[in-house]
This record gives sequence, structure tokens and C-alpha cells, in this order.
Amino acid sequence: MELLSGGEMIARALEDEGVEFIFGYPGGAVLHIYDALFKSCKVPHILVRHEQAATHAADGYARATGKPGVVLVTSGPGATNAITGIATAYMDSIPMVVLSGQVMSHLIGEDAFQETDMLGISRPIVKHSFQVTKTEEIPEMIKKAFYIASSGRPGPVVVDLPKDLTNPHDKYEYNYPKKVKLRSYTPASRGHSGQIKKAASLLLAAKRPVIYAGGGVVQGNASPQLRELAQELNFPVTNTLMGLGAYPGSDRQFLGMLGMHGFYEANNAMHHSDVILAVGARFDDRVTNTTSKFCPGAKIIHIDIDPAAISKTVNADVPIVGPVDSVLTELIALVRELRAEEPTLPDQDALGHWWKQIDEWRDHHGLWTAPRYDTTTPYIKPQQVIETLCKVTGGKAFVTSDVGQHQMFAAQYYKFDEPRRWINSGGLGTMGFGLPAAMGVKLAFPDADVACVTGEGSIQMNIQELSTCAQYKIPVKILNLYNGYLGMVKQWQDMQYDGRYSESVYEDSLPDFIKLAEAYQHSGVKVTQLSDLEEAMKEVFARKNELVFMDIHVDPHEHVYPMHVAPNGSMRDMWLNKTERT
Amino acid sequence: MRRIISVLMENEPGALSRVVGLFSQRGYNIETLNVAPTEDPTMSRLTLTTIGDDHKIEQITKHLNRLVDVVKLVDLSEGAHIERELMLVKVRATGAQRAEIKRCTDIFRGQIVDVGPSVYTIQVTGAADKLDSFLEAVGEAAIMEVVRSGVSGIARGEKVLSL
Ligand SMILES: Cc1ncc(C[n+]2csc(CCOP(=O)(O)OP(=O)(O)O)c2C)c(N)n1
Ligand SMILES: [Mg+2]
Repeated sequence: MELLSGGEMIARALEDEGVEFIFGYPGGAVLHIYDALFKSCKVPHILVRHEQAATHAADGYARATGKPGVVLVTSGPGATNAITGIATAYMDSIPMVVLSGQVMSHLIGEDAFQETDMLGISRPIVKHSFQVTKTEEIPEMIKKAFYIASSGRPGPVVVDLPKDLTNPHDKYEYNYPKKVKLRSYTPASRGHSGQIKKAASLLLAAKRPVIYAGGGVVQGNASPQLRELAQELNFPVTNTLMGLGAYPGSDRQFLGMLGMHGFYEANNAMHHSDVILAVGARFDDRVTNTTSKFCPGAKIIHIDIDPAAISKTVNADVPIVGPVDSVLTELIALVRELRAEEPTLPDQDALGHWWKQIDEWRDHHGLWTAPRYDTTTPYIKPQQVIETLCKVTGGKAFVTSDVGQHQMFAAQYYKFDEPRRWINSGGLGTMGFGLPAAMGVKLAFPDADVACVTGEGSIQMNIQELSTCAQYKIPVKILNLYNGYLGMVKQWQDMQYDGRYSESVYEDSLPDFIKLAEAYQHSGVKVTQLSDLEEAMKEVFARKNELVFMDIHVDPHEHVYPMHVAPNGSMRDMWLNKTERT
Repeated sequence: MRRIISVLMENEPGALSRVVGLFSQRGYNIETLNVAPTEDPTMSRLTLTTIGDDHKIEQITKHLNRLVDVVKLVDLSEGAHIERELMLVKVRATGAQRAEIKRCTDIFRGQIVDVGPSVYTIQVTGAADKLDSFLEAVGEAAIMEVVRSGVSGIARGEKVLSL
């Protein structure tokens, strides 16, 4: 039997857990652990330049692979710097294990150097947290952390590690449990059959159905089942911002994203539907607009692993708690059984009518049926940048994004055919997410194209990671949609504050991004003419082993449309451009 | 509506702060709260009373259940149950008032648990509204200090909240 110190236990447990990367940053409280990693740990460690980036990189890795991301930070400022990234992962239900150093046990509570109550600070933004109180319990706690983070509705778990418990001199028996059981934690393993039956009958009785699929389908690996069900029934599908890729973007039945910046046809299909099948989606306020006016004629079936997500903001008529993949599988079987008995269901005439209506909406206002943006300005349009990106990468890239207009354009104009390709901070809306997330993705998939779509505001929130990319040779491609403003803020100021640009303008203070990329040992390409865009982008993506910073100057005054009319608007109330609304 | 929610949870450091934190984080209110270990020292029983409509109570119980430390919970107000709270009241008791307060205590089946030349300390147990009535009967003027334990409760009959 083997005796290990606390630090060694951590190094070994991460190996035993099959962890591929540790994203971290050292400091006093975790030096024993770092020494153990140095002496023997097969798991590579990526030294970021700011702990926030460690959490986003682990998060990007987790979103792309489905496996929990791992973060190691020191106590105090290391831990607090990680907070934004933990909150980001929490809001989007991303599996993550954060190991945070803590001052020595006997100093806890004495305001010791670099002491912070990490469990207290992180409490509202974690799925669970552990404070280690004895070295012997480290293996089991780490196992529990991984289990909790990645099962049920996933989320971040913090393990707080007082320094003395990782001391190299105190060694204990090491046994990594294969499995753990928690009597107080048992995520639903399947849906209620009676409820699934009700759902099947309701779907088959529908005349104007729509499937509304969210990030839960991506996280729950249920895309194949979603596709199968939608195609079995010939029902239209819309994805949330978090669900993009859950249903293939280039399929005829896909209506585009829904919500605040959702497609006209998607928002209208929702509003006029008689049955909504919500799968792994949470009726977020950025989707529903005013809840009291939400889809007045619709009966709602809601499938989710988390009972607390059901009937939270919008009441579900048929709630089903369970893993989305197994519930959908059962639902498909039932639908087929019922259709074998009554092949005329669902009403094909009604469905035909419904599709005709949807196609009309699509032809008149859909973002993919004709350019809905003004092409007469001298500028490159941000939408054109994303269309070009989609074309150049064959729709197969991993696209991470920051937060702002560029994010919404990426969501609207890149056609994601696969889940886990669209990596963005939907729930928290964290500027600074894009670049570190792209690092995590690229490390997991070194041969894939990984593009970070960003803006000059967002990229500067974690620009220091260009240095990490240089150290570990992480050749992501950065597309900076340079509009010279905090564009999304400016858009709201244009629309709601008579164009008073309070602090959304940088004046002449922006850096030369090309030189900045060069300073970090990378190269950059500046594009200002539409005629150069596609060629330049092709060249950039052909440089497989280089990080290239594309600084693309776009129309500074473009707005994202459609945009929900607020306050008091319904799903179908939208601005279609600067002058027209529904 | 007022509800009594009884929670069986791991007796772990941090568990209580997660429950209390949930209430402030999501804007739910706690009227009363008490917590102590059960016959199994690895578990605690927490009882809280809160006020809310059905939708809010459903959210509260779902979010409580989502906490990893929570083993099980029950909304006692959904069925027949026994509710008890313990109260200690220190009252000014001089002259004729002494007999009057003693009589009042007897009516409420309370006990005088400490006596001084000019004070009584009285213990009363019962449902929360009974304790309220007692305080009213004694009258604000006489009351020097009130300590209430918060409500605890248990279901009637065979029903139990246990592992
Ligand atoms: C950390 C953080 N701070 C502030 C915001 C609010 N915010 C949302 S979008 C935005 C502007 C982003 O500007 P930029 O990155 O240039 O993108 P653009 O909208 O111009 O495409 C701001 C400030 C945020 N989402 N995140
Ligand atoms: Mg900008």
C-alpha cells in the first residue's frame, strides 16, 4: 500500500481521474501541490497569465469535450480572480473542478496573509464545495468533486485545500475510489413514463408545434435523439443561444436561434404555436421577453434534468424530470408506437399549413434567406465577417466568442451543424471569455480550426493570454470585429438613450492590435476592405501552426437585429432594423 | 401562506450556510429557523417557516432539494402535523401583577422557571400563535425580554422524515 502526502494525492488523483489538462497559477498556499506536480504528474499543467483565464480555459475545454475542466489556484487573490470564471461556468451548467489553496488550518479565521473565505465567496455560484479538514479525505473528496461536477445538471465544484494538509512530510494511505455514493445526492436517472406518454400524445395532437432546444441538449449529449424525434415528426426546431448546434444549423427544419436577438421565424413560430416541446432549456428572460405574454396559445412540455428549472418562470403543462437523452429515446419509441396505430397523426394538413406559414416568415424576414443588413455602406459588415468565417471553415470550426454585438452576429450567422462547436458565455455574459476558452478548446482538439470571435472591448479583458498561447504554442485564430465602440452598449444607447454614448467610446486610446500580437510573438493581419476579407481569412486559416490576430474593421454603427421590443413586448414583438418593427 | 418546511441534511460544516444563503440569494424570506443534530449525529434536522404562494413554495423546496447537503425535506403544512415552539419570557412582576401573571401562565400551561423579587421568567410551549396570544395577554408593558426557539414540527401518524 502506498503512502502519499496531500500534495502527491492531488497529483495522483488527477491522473487517476483521467484529467488531460490542469489550468492554473501558483502561489504560496499551493506550493506543496505544485512541487508534487513537478516531481511526478503525468497531467500537463497550463500556466495562464490570470486565474480568470484558467477557469475560462477549463470551461472551454469542458464545453468542447463534455469532460470536467480542472483549475488549480492559490488562496486569496488567486481564488478571488477565479470567481468570474466559476460564475460563468455555473450559469451555463458546465462541469468544472476548482482546487483552491487555503491558508494553514490553524490560521483560518485569523485574517492571515492571503486568506479569503473561498467557500463563502463562491457559495452562490457553485454546485457544491468542499473544505478538506484531514489529508486522508483528499482522494475521496476529489472523487466526489468530479462526480458531482459532471453528473445530473453539471456545474462547478470547489475544493478548498489548507496548505498544511498538503505538506510533503505527512503521508497517508492513498486509495482512489472507483465510485462514490452520496446519500444526499441522487440525480434523476430516467423520466416518468406516465409523463412521457402524456407528452407523446400531446405532440401527436399538435397542429402548430415547435421544438425549443437549449444547452441541456448539448450538455446532455442528446443531439442525435433530438434530430431523430424532430425528423420523425417533421417538426420545426429552434435552438437557444446555448443550444446552437444541438440541432444542425443547415437543416431545413431549423428555424435559427430564438429570443432577444432570435430569428423572426423562430420567435413567431414560438408565439403562434399550440405545442412547445422544451428540451434542456430554461425559459430564460433573454428568450421569453415578457413572461405574461409568452406564447399565449401553447401547451408546454418541458424536459430537464433539473426539477428546479421546470415551471420556474413559465409554467409547464407536462413537466418531465430526467436526463434529456433517455427521455427523448423513450419519447421517440412511444411516438413511433402511437403512429403505428394511427399513421395519420400528427395532422399532416395542419402541419403542412404550419410549415407554409413558417416558410413565409422565413422568406420575408429570415436572416439566411437574403441579406437583411444594409450593404450600401462603405464598411465591412460584421455579419459578412461571420458568413465568411463559416464559409472558410466549412461550418466545422469551433467558434468561441466574447460578449457583445460580435457574439450575437456569430450566433446568428455561423451555421453550427454539430453540438459543442459554439462556445460562449450565455448565462453570465462574461466579456473576456473568448480567448482563454479558445485555448482550452484548441488544447483538446489540436487539429481542429478554433476561432475566437471578439471585439476590441472584450479581447482586452484577457489579452494577456496571448502570452500563454506563445508559451504552449496554441495556434487559435482571433477575429477581432473592430467597431471602435463597446458596440452592444452603444446599440442600447442608440435605441434607448437618444445616442448619448456614455462611456462606450475609447476615443484614440486603442492599441495597435497587430503590433500587440507581434509583441506577444504572434502575427496579425488587418482587414479594412470587404474585397480582401475572404482571401485574407483563407490565408490566416491556412497557417495551421500559428496564432494569427485578425483585426477586421467593421461598420461602427451596425446594430444587431432582430431585437425584442422591451419592456412589455411578447416573443413576436421585434425591431427588424433601425426603422422597422413588427 | 405560512409553511413549515422540515429538512433533513448532512451535519457538515457549511451546510447551514448553504440553506440560509439560498434564501437570501433568491429573495425568499425566513420567518423562523432552527437546527440541531438528529438521533443520527451525521445528520441535522432543520425546520424553517416561510411565507409564500404555491409557486414560491414549490421553488423553495426544489432549490433546497438541489443542495447537495440536503437529504430529504417535507412541507409539513401539506398534511396533519404537530407544531411546537418554545418561548422564554422575562416579565416585570411586582405587587398585584405577580398573581395576575401567574394565573395567565397557568391558563397557557406555561411554567415559571425563575423567580426574582420583581421578575418572573416564564416558559411557554406550543404552536406559534399560542405564544403570540400569551404575549398579548401578559401585555407589552410587563415584558422585559422574549426568546423564541423558532418552530419545529413533526408529521402526525406513521409518516416520518428519515433516511
Ligand atoms: C465583464 C463584463 N463587463 C461588462 C459587460 C457589459 N457589456 C456587454 S457587451 C459590452 C460591449 C462589448 O464591446 P466589444 O467587446 O467591443 O464588443 P461589440 O459589442 O463592440 O461587438 C459590454 C460592456 C459584460 N458583458 N461583461
Ligand atoms: Mg466593439
